Amino acid sequence: MPAQVRALRGRIRSAKNMKKITKAMELVATSRIAKAQARLEASRPYAEAITGVLTALSANATIDHPLLTARQQVRRAGVVVVTSDRGLAGGYSSNAIREAESLMERLRRDGKEPVLYVVGRKGVAYYRFRNVAIEASWTGFSEQPAFDDARTIGETLIEAFTRSAEDADATAGPDRVLGLDELHIVYTEFKSLMTQTPVPAIIGPMEIDKQSDGVLPAYEFEPEPEALLDALLPKYINTRIYAALVESSASESAARRRAMKSATDNAEEAIEKYTREMNSARQAGITQEISEIVGGANALAAAGSEV
Amino acid sequence: MAKQVHVELVAVEKKVWTGEAEMVVARTTEGEIGVLPGHAPLLGQLAEPGQVRIKLSGGEQVAYDVAGGFLSVTAEGVTILAEEAVPATAATH
Repeated sequence: MPAQVRALRGRIRSAKNMKKITKAMELVATSRIAKAQARLEASRPYAEAITGVLTALSANATIDHPLLTARQQVRRAGVVVVTSDRGLAGGYSSNAIREAESLMERLRRDGKEPVLYVVGRKGVAYYRFRNVAIEASWTGFSEQPAFDDARTIGETLIEAFTRSAEDADATAGPDRVLGLDELHIVYTEFKSLMTQTPVPAIIGPMEIDKQSDGVLPAYEFEPEPEALLDALLPKYINTRIYAALVESSASESAARRRAMKSATDNAEEAIEKYTREMNSARQAGITQEISEIVGGANALAAAGSEV
Repeated sequence: MAKQVHVELVAVEKKVWTGEAEMVVARTTEGEIGVLPGHAPLLGQLAEPGQVRIKLSGGEQVAYDVAGGFLSVTAEGVTILAEEAVPATAATH
């Protein structure tokens, strides 16, 4: 067997192994998309109900809550970037990071200082490599976020946000800690299996539509509306974060599925190409051997007839 | 048969229970409350830890241990929002 055939055989083998891996990842990602979509669907009733309750509440309560009022002067803005924990998902993480970069650029132009919060190992690695300060990061759940993860993130953000309410001037307030005046989140919207786009959204201060079409019923409140609002608003922010995480996880799986699909297709193509090359190399070797034998036999025959 | 009220118990990650009931019993931060059909609109924060009991027609009842819950009563029915809701272990009556 000629050396060339042996080399090609090795390449085919490695392409086949690669195809097995990418194919498996493609299948796993496909099932995860469906799961993430189901979770997104399952979280909708709660989100709708809490929005309805808040709307009713804001119509009745005097709205003077730090989470609801826009700050006079925005100095520091928190930016949460949702990326993936693992690679091999095409441009998923880098697209989200790019969107976050452009958002932070916009904030800087408006004279706001962006403060970075990162979800997912890929984002952490990106910013750590570039020596960009990360205020806080959370990793390990990008593919299957639970509500607890959203709550952890929410608590950190809300604390930083409410702290800032007392920072009267450019200096820190009594607690000597600079808080945040705005909260942004960059997550990847799941448009379809083929399209996922990173989008920025504001989660604080919140805007509640005070549409008064239709008379809202006169609610009784237990406890007082203001206390109720205090308890409800953080939960509302947590649900917003949870929705963003779940949607991002669906997008991540979709991006990975597509990346793995094209990797599998490429591997198939490579296998086919190498197989063709190997066959023709083998055939060439055989042809050469035959012609050598025939040539040798002819020579012997010629030599024999002369004797 | 007595009038019924539509009840929805939704947790963050999924809808837990939905159906018609005769009465919903829960404890808000202000105290125990029972909601019958035709109750006035109400928004309440549930006490921690709290149990929500939904009484069905025929004397049966379902109970859930609810954390981080809110109760909303409107003309359409009762909605209980919960961060977490698990069936109560001692759900006997």
